[in-house]
Amino acid sequence: MIVTSQLAAESASYRKVVTAGDFWMEPLKTGQTLRILDLEGNQAADTLFYSLADPHERYSAMDTIREQGNLYLTAGSTLLSNRGNPLLDIVADTCGRHDTLGGACAAESNTVRYALEKKCMHACRDSWMLAVSRREEFGLGKRDITHNINFFMNVPVTPEGGLTFEDGISDAGKYVELIARMDVLVLISNCPQLNNPCNAYNPTPIEILIWDA
Amino acid sequence: MAEIFPDQEMMYEDRVEGGSHWSLIMRRGTVLRVSDIEGGGNVGMLLYNPLDKLERYNAPDTLKCQHTFKLTRGHCLYSDMGRIFCSIIEDSLGWHDTVGGNLSERGLREKYTVRTYQEARNDWTLSGEHCFAVELAKHGLGERDLTANLNLFSKVVTDEDGKMQYVPGHSVARSSVDLRFEMDTLVILHTCPHPMNPDSQYLRKPIAYQIRKAAPVAENDFCMNYRPENLRGFQNNAIYHLTGGYL
Repeated sequence: MIVTSQLAAESASYRKVVTAGDFWMEPLKTGQTLRILDLEGNQAADTLFYSLADPHERYSAMDTIREQGNLYLTAGSTLLSNRGNPLLDIVADTCGRHDTLGGACAAESNTVRYALEKKCMHACRDSWMLAVSRREEFGLGKRDITHNINFFMNVPVTPEGGLTFEDGISDAGKYVELIARMDVLVLISNCPQLNNPCNAYNPTPIEILIWDA
Repeated sequence: MAEIFPDQEMMYEDRVEGGSHWSLIMRRGTVLRVSDIEGGGNVGMLLYNPLDKLERYNAPDTLKCQHTFKLTRGHCLYSDMGRIFCSIIEDSLGWHDTVGGNLSERGLREKYTVRTYQEARNDWTLSGEHCFAVELAKHGLGERDLTANLNLFSKVVTDEDGKMQYVPGHSVARSSVDLRFEMDTLVILHTCPHPMNPDSQYLRKPIAYQIRKAAPVAENDFCMNYRPENLRGFQNNAIYHLTGGYL
């Protein structure tokens, strides 16, 4: 569902460009609004959310899609935790559909998907490993890195049970906006994938904007 | 029910009652056949590497590596480390779910008349969440280690808009699926209802399981050649086993 935002970028309390291959890991307080902006189009923002108070409570793809009865995320979706609590609501979306199934790229899964010699190419999971290592204060490790959201990715499922990777439906300037329903920790990997035609083999920057409640 | 490897030695067989849980370590080169004795069963399942339990079943990698949403014969179940825990070498059903998730304590209370142990002894109503918690803790694992689980014998379909629908009556009596283990694997399982099962009764469906020795994986193996990705997955397993499994 396409819903545009009424918030002006000039009034944001925080703005940061995150280049491809980098991570962004910051708290978002209850009532704050987070916008993820696809600056150049067809980028993938691999995203995880945790309760700030207890990061063992975290975004659960399975609980989220089952309870909303739909595989895709868009405006109106509520992201649920593994304990069934609302973490954030998607309040604006100019893309219309975001993937919940494809997960993140990793050096190891790249060897399976593309070729064994791809194993040392940079991947989302490496960004997350770096994030949990650099930001030790949040107490996260590999076991906390799970099934993520791919904002801006289009991965349709066929009625016969196939999974297809379609060209992105995102474009330069498209965005998704979420409002936090509890204090959360946001962990984004701006996907560095060079092997996937979905981003035309060209990973590009995203921008993060935050508005206070 | 398909007769798979009738010449292969049956090593063990047993059953798990409905609404219950168990765990076991499957060795590389063995086959676990799971059968839905009465039909309408569901088996929630999680997989870990017993030597490094940080390596675990990864639903997104399993689905995207094989461009599939359902799981059936030919598919491999991947770890997050690019390796194959097991291959689905036979399947009488054609569809097993790995996106519906697990019946939570909250879901159990909202949907069913809960029976406590005090009231019902071992006919109490357990949630999948309860069952996984118990079996995971036996192996030093906990809530943080829970991943998107398999739901054997259950089918969830979607339409073009992504709307999900549970298919009732999918698994008939004596449906079975054969998992051939390609590396040593800790298997955590429960037999609680699928969280999307619309039946207002807490269905208690027992399963049978058999462990057999697997035939060697041939060059023309169906699962290994099902997709080029699986060939590379098998190569990763081969590299892993070069050093006895500690690479």
